Amino acid sequence: MIRRVCVALTLTLVLCLPSFVGADSASQPGGELHFCLRGEPKTFNPLLVEEDASEAIRYLTGGVLIRLNRQTQALEPSLAVSWKVSPDGRTIKFWLRTGLHFSDGTPFTSDDVAYTMKALMDPQLHSPTGDSFRSGEGQVEIQAPSLDTVAVTFPAPVAGLERLFDQVAILSAHSPKKEMAVLGPFYVADYAPGSSVLLRRNTNYWKKDKDGKPLPYLDSIRLDIQRNRDIEVLRFRRGEIHLINALDAEYFDRLQKEMPAAAHDAGPGLDAEFMWFNQVPTAPLSEQKKNWFRATEFRKAISMAINRSDLSRVVFSGHAQPAFGPVSPANHFWFNSSLPVPQYDSVGALRLLAQAGFRLQDGTLRDSSGNRVEFTVITNSGNKSREQMVAMIQQDLSQIGIKVNLVTLDFPSLIERITRTYDYEACLLGLVNTDLDPNSQMNVWLSSAENHQWNPKQSKPATTWEAELDRLMHSQASATSDKKRKADWDRVQQIVAEQQPFIYLVNKDAMSAISPAVVGSAPSVLDPHAYWNADALRLGPDPALGAQK
Amino acid sequence: MIKHEKAAILFRHALRRFSFLLCLGIAGALFSATLVRFAPGYGVQERELDPRWSAQSVEALRQEQVLHEGLASFYFHYLSALAHGDFGESDSLKRPVRELLAQRLPLTGNAIIRGLGVAWLAAALLAYLGLASRGWFYEASGTAVSSLLLSLPSAVIAMLAVHLRAPAFCAISVVVFPRLHRYMRSLLVRSYDQPHVLAARARGLGSVSIFWRHVLPLAMPPLLALLGVSFAIAFGAAIPIEALCDSPGLGQLAWQAALSRDLPLIVNVTLIVCLVMLAANALADLAGRAFAGDTQ
Amino acid sequence: MSPVQKAAALTLCLIFALMVFATIFVPAPYARQFRDVPNAGPSTAHPLGTDALGRDSLSRLLYGTRVSLLLAPAAALLSTLIAAVLGSAAGFLGGSFERIVLAVTDISLALPWLFLLLTVRAMLPLDVPPMASVIIAFLMMGLLGWQASVRVICAAARGVRDSDFLLLARSSGCKPARLLLCQVAPNLRPLFYAQFWISIPLFILTEANLSILGLGVMEPMPSWGNLLRGFEDFSAVAANPWRLVPLILLVIVVMCFQLVLPSQEVIQ
Repeated sequence: MIRRVCVALTLTLVLCLPSFVGADSASQPGGELHFCLRGEPKTFNPLLVEEDASEAIRYLTGGVLIRLNRQTQALEPSLAVSWKVSPDGRTIKFWLRTGLHFSDGTPFTSDDVAYTMKALMDPQLHSPTGDSFRSGEGQVEIQAPSLDTVAVTFPAPVAGLERLFDQVAILSAHSPKKEMAVLGPFYVADYAPGSSVLLRRNTNYWKKDKDGKPLPYLDSIRLDIQRNRDIEVLRFRRGEIHLINALDAEYFDRLQKEMPAAAHDAGPGLDAEFMWFNQVPTAPLSEQKKNWFRATEFRKAISMAINRSDLSRVVFSGHAQPAFGPVSPANHFWFNSSLPVPQYDSVGALRLLAQAGFRLQDGTLRDSSGNRVEFTVITNSGNKSREQMVAMIQQDLSQIGIKVNLVTLDFPSLIERITRTYDYEACLLGLVNTDLDPNSQMNVWLSSAENHQWNPKQSKPATTWEAELDRLMHSQASATSDKKRKADWDRVQQIVAEQQPFIYLVNKDAMSAISPAVVGSAPSVLDPHAYWNADALRLGPDPALGAQK
Repeated sequence: MIKHEKAAILFRHALRRFSFLLCLGIAGALFSATLVRFAPGYGVQERELDPRWSAQSVEALRQEQVLHEGLASFYFHYLSALAHGDFGESDSLKRPVRELLAQRLPLTGNAIIRGLGVAWLAAALLAYLGLASRGWFYEASGTAVSSLLLSLPSAVIAMLAVHLRAPAFCAISVVVFPRLHRYMRSLLVRSYDQPHVLAARARGLGSVSIFWRHVLPLAMPPLLALLGVSFAIAFGAAIPIEALCDSPGLGQLAWQAALSRDLPLIVNVTLIVCLVMLAANALADLAGRAFAGDTQ
Repeated sequence: MSPVQKAAALTLCLIFALMVFATIFVPAPYARQFRDVPNAGPSTAHPLGTDALGRDSLSRLLYGTRVSLLLAPAAALLSTLIAAVLGSAAGFLGGSFERIVLAVTDISLALPWLFLLLTVRAMLPLDVPPMASVIIAFLMMGLLGWQASVRVICAAARGVRDSDFLLLARSSGCKPARLLLCQVAPNLRPLFYAQFWISIPLFILTEANLSILGLGVMEPMPSWGNLLRGFEDFSAVAANPWRLVPLILLVIVVMCFQLVLPSQEVIQ
């Protein structure tokens, strides 16, 4: 009897075995770069790109007029040989490369640029790329006097005009393949929804290396759709994928121990984590809390009482720097280096709070009416580093007698609270900054705008400093010289430091993982960190892969 | 004549049952639509936090959401479209729901059936083994293994499956197995302790004969009920496991739909899952009654 | 009571005692961060090491035991009671009542209860005390977790309904309610116990998953569910085996519950 059962058990195991043996073998390096997208690409039309996955595909397939070199942070000619911006900042004229073709053979002329710009500036089109160009009311005029020149005139000056063209991938006006005909180093060859995207080398790509060999070196790029970061790291360790574009601190340390040559930390990036208090007058909060959050001394004291270096050291294992303003020091030009760096000072914080009428009694901070100071911070669930940051802030603020609660919410509920119902007290979120130019943050600093998170969509500025911010943002948007814009933006940073509407916490480092099999990589601080020079990457034999198999 | 009559009665009965199930499924789908519509976070999108959008664009995006504003009108449009076989279009993925379901259902169905098969086989064999031995060692180790598997979060099981390069159905069987094992064991024990089994053993009947002819028929009805339940457990387990193993099945679709509050998708996925579970349980019920000799 | 049952009961009592007297044993408050020693190994100051923020792991384990061990069995009891009442009544009464109950069970298994839980969270004020939020979470789990076993209980009840001793009791003039309570329910007890002990670890783990909705245990309060979520990184666990202690403790508790409760009933 037992024997029969054992036979049956063995049969069961045998049923399962074939699935264990010979599971998908890692792809052989030999011309195909393999990495992961963190979500499903929503569109292949470069004009409609709004999330990371589509943006990655646009970067790899789109041909742009001007390319921002992610390493030097300087603008480089790409499809345009040269360009000129008029003194009033409204017109930009391009001289284009001649003799180029789209991936399907259609010739590239100024017609295509005109077609792309017309489609982009169509008022019916709603996209972040197009909206970045919209500086004022009126029609955009596009002239293509010859096959290799094109001039675009905007109704009002557009700040940082040239840089914006790094996001505009040129579409073909005449190709039957529409947006699938591209000018970039790769084109979309295959798309399996939910699974992967395959990009193949565009043989008509214009760029050549310094020896005159046509780029790109890679035959193809396979992008798997992989949402889970643990699995992404696991697959990188196994050698199934060649790079991870944005790596979190905890995975970085794990990888650095096992594969030190693969983990790259390019230094402080542009991404910031910050916290703010709800200052909306119609918010469903008690009057006393509204008064606390509106008091500048309260916000400044909270900022002083948070130990940012501990946050960087413990939560991010040293892979972050304390942040004090909206601009990261990695943004060399726009960062205001003349501002003093505040120190962690809980005694000073208490002094500042005393000025606003708060008193510390028996280890509890009370306001002038005797109410205990306590508030709740909301953040999005699933983000361990944010939860850990709030846990550390809880301890920091408990030392000045403030009790902080944390509630994590799923993202849609969180957004509903901060943009519609305003039913929250404080919120901790991060900003993923892809643009160096502060003009992209217009909708954050204007008091009438949607993203002025602490008090959005004001009919008129609620405070004098917000009115000043409005004036400065408008001034820098219409200024034509970078020096004038920098002066305005420096003043904005100063006001933010004095008023602390956003309490900036840390600037995360730009970390990526690149397999030693990838030759020619140069991880940068700007996104895409690991594959910004995809057309110059090549795959060599990987000594580590042999040992892993 | 009688045979025709019997066939006609059976056919009418099956049709009644089927339409009853369909109505129940649709009721379930509409109820889930209500749940989703009134849950917080409906109608807001992550893109609202992107500062690059202009005010007009954000307004235009919000206008698009007005389509699903009225729940009654949504019910009406959904049902009338369903009558034509049109499942609607997904809000977040911008593709027809029918296409998505057709793509993903076979994968999930495959994983669930294989997972259940392995789990049932393993649970049955181990339950029988424990019974045959009747010693404390098997009981203790069986208990320990079940407890361990129950205590592991499905995220960890899914990660283990990925780590060991095992397909998703293995993770599903690991999740379903402990819940089956204990029930089966207690059912088998109760059945073996029946007086007629003792009498059969005293008469010298072989153990296989006792199992097939005396124990199994008694335990069959609750076992078949358990089969229906294990379907439900497997479906429930498939959602986090597929989401974590990134296997492009129905479970992953349901998870993404929930996160992005995609009303058309959630309603249709609920409908499919409802129908599958109702059908599986109805079949298990019928089989159980047939086994027990019940007539309708 | 058999020796195995006695041993299991003793272990459970020990763990309950640890939980109640946790404050005496702990080296430090569970929220206190020793920021100089994050992710440290076991030492005299921290017998089980520290977590990522430098909080003492032993204190967190003992305090987490309180939350999980008090609330998860309560939620399991609630869900088992609901399943027992519905399942045995449905199987015993039969007919259309049974059909309705089973249909409702099937549908409710397919529904996305996620959204109900989200709505509950939205209705709660943000400053609700963390303990109240967790109690509400376990209550919701108990109210929503009964479906899986109703069918099995119903089928078993149907079987008991057709048995001889019930026929005897009925012909002796027993009222249906008394039949249900005194004849049917005792025969289904093994199934009830099976459902109960399976539910306990399920609810502990569900509590961890509910933190995605803001209904779980919030920082800095610890719970077993939170402690178990750290296992997704195998290499870290393999390198620091003391991190397996919460899992081992949970497995022991679940095993003890199962061994303590009588699993076999001799049917007269």
